[in-house]
Amino acid sequence: MSQAAPPEPIIELRGISKRFVKGLDLAAKIAQKLGASVREEVVHAVDGVNLRVHKGEVVGLVGESGCGKSTLGRIVARILEPSEGSVLYRGQDVRAMNPRQAKETALKVQMIFQDPFASLNSRMRVQEIIGEAPRVHGLVKRSGLTEYLDALMLKCGLDPSYKRRYPHQFSGGQRQRIAIVRTLAVQPEFIVADEVVSALDVSIQAQILNLFMELRRELALTCLFISHNLGVVEHVSDRVAIMYLGRMVEEAGTEELFASPLHPYTQALLNEVPSFEKRRISFAAIKGEIPSPLDPPPGCHFHPRCPIAAPECRVERPLFREASPGHWVACHLR
Amino acid sequence: MSGPGPTLIVDDLRTHFLTKAGVIKAVDGVSFSVAPGRILGLVGESGSGKSVTGLSIMGLLDWPGRIVGGRIILDGEDLVGLPEERLRQLRGFRVAMIFQDSMTTLNPVLRIDTQIIEALQAHRAIDRKAALRQAAEALKQVGIPAVDERLKAYPHQFSGGMRQRVAIAIAMLNEPKLIIADEPTTALDVTIQAQILYETQKLCREKGTALIWITHDLTVVAGLADEVCVMYAGRIVEHGGVDEVLDRPLHPYTVGLIGSVPKRGWRGRALYQIQGMAPLPLNLPPGCAFRERCPRADEACSQDPEVSTPLPGRRVRCHHPHLGEDS
Repeated sequence: MSQAAPPEPIIELRGISKRFVKGLDLAAKIAQKLGASVREEVVHAVDGVNLRVHKGEVVGLVGESGCGKSTLGRIVARILEPSEGSVLYRGQDVRAMNPRQAKETALKVQMIFQDPFASLNSRMRVQEIIGEAPRVHGLVKRSGLTEYLDALMLKCGLDPSYKRRYPHQFSGGQRQRIAIVRTLAVQPEFIVADEVVSALDVSIQAQILNLFMELRRELALTCLFISHNLGVVEHVSDRVAIMYLGRMVEEAGTEELFASPLHPYTQALLNEVPSFEKRRISFAAIKGEIPSPLDPPPGCHFHPRCPIAAPECRVERPLFREASPGHWVACHLR
Repeated sequence: MSGPGPTLIVDDLRTHFLTKAGVIKAVDGVSFSVAPGRILGLVGESGSGKSVTGLSIMGLLDWPGRIVGGRIILDGEDLVGLPEERLRQLRGFRVAMIFQDSMTTLNPVLRIDTQIIEALQAHRAIDRKAALRQAAEALKQVGIPAVDERLKAYPHQFSGGMRQRVAIAIAMLNEPKLIIADEPTTALDVTIQAQILYETQKLCREKGTALIWITHDLTVVAGLADEVCVMYAGRIVEHGGVDEVLDRPLHPYTVGLIGSVPKRGWRGRALYQIQGMAPLPLNLPPGCAFRERCPRADEACSQDPEVSTPLPGRRVRCHHPHLGEDS
């Protein structure tokens, strides 16, 4: 879905960074006063990320644990405030909005979480879980609520007669459907889906993915689809962005990225994803571990594991640049 | 498969949980065998009984779980009904297990060297110095750098991938005949998983250890195993060589599982969908447990299907396996 003239971006991230700081406790403060060299621990969860998501587009965000993909998703959904940079909704900085606009925007950007066991209030009935938000925000009248809920539940493959039940009476897949219905109930324009199928069994995962793709077609959803599972991301996304230790390393159209990845990290990821075609692994995997985000290596974050690292990679941070039209990469050597 | 006889033979194993609500037949007539140096993938979704099969072999079932029938023959010795004392001698020595969560496998308040030496001295008369040397050797084998420092570290000082390597090193310490690995890479990242798959596979081939790899992920089995058993509701519904099963699945459940996984070049298309969800193994009605979800089911399926061997080296438990036609 990448036409010549791109439609307006719904969400645009400009130079987003997020730092988490672990403050000093009393003992450390005293030690500091006495001249010991203690410093606050700072995690650069997200480090200067730019991203645009256009209307009707699904962008996959891939990375391993600790790469900052969930933090980025939470910043987009405005659960977290970025330390630096700005989030633009339809071209407007969300921080510059007046309170009413900000509230409307917040409603238009919704998030679905990974664990449907933790994300649903276990003491509320399904109808309350789904129906509360649209009623409070005045999207439906009280009299029309039942019909509204029934229609939504049916659309997501849930039997409306179950709406008086509690979450624990449902299986994992059904719960994830409830979470999806709850999100759709406030008629969002933009959905952040954070590992929505990771906790599910394969056969249930396929059901939820199919539902997601159906809903997407029907409602023209725009979505940031976060997952560590490359196969799933390839299946649902139009464009894919890869993160490593808080930074964007590569971004391209899905087919382009999977056919001709440029960044050595992307190549390693694609090479090492188990698949049906790869029988009896015979390759030696990429060396080393993901470094701690507390103390990331200088220069390119990937250089200690990179098979083609050059001297400049150890010193200088590579720019995220457009290698070919629509294909962005952060690597000195590509 | 000629050569030496199988390391492990599981014959008609039945493990039931006798609960107040009724009998849960977690494992219901499971049979398979593993030869030395071979890797068997045991695949199934949650609740299919794959983990309970592993725990039954280890003799680590918790109450109210009980082996109510069948035999588990390890190296000629039937493990079913053995006294706890004998099982203790075998565990960690002849058969070892690697669990999903390496944080709970390792003792958080003991240093790694203490834990490894303990595992060695539990089964052999070996002095501390020699044990330490062997511990260092074991860690080197699973690709842990700076071994001497790492030996003095505590589990929380390791990353998830490193801890799982330590767990694998401990499992391999006494060169057991059989290792059971229960989803050991599920919690790990792709690049770390690839490293661990590669190293485990190499070690098993070199040492001739038989390996049972329990997982829900068919693609991992594709990359690792020689043979695969697909479990559903406590039974093995299909068994065969990895290439055969993945390229030409016979059981409708296997066909569905393979179809459910997103594949290259299938972008945006609807995935094959198995309707409904797995039944609770509590008081299962007789007949094929998959029939409610099966597109090929008919009246015959309310009778228990027998295990058949429609192709050489293949076993399937189905009245209507996918034979001949395109699937």
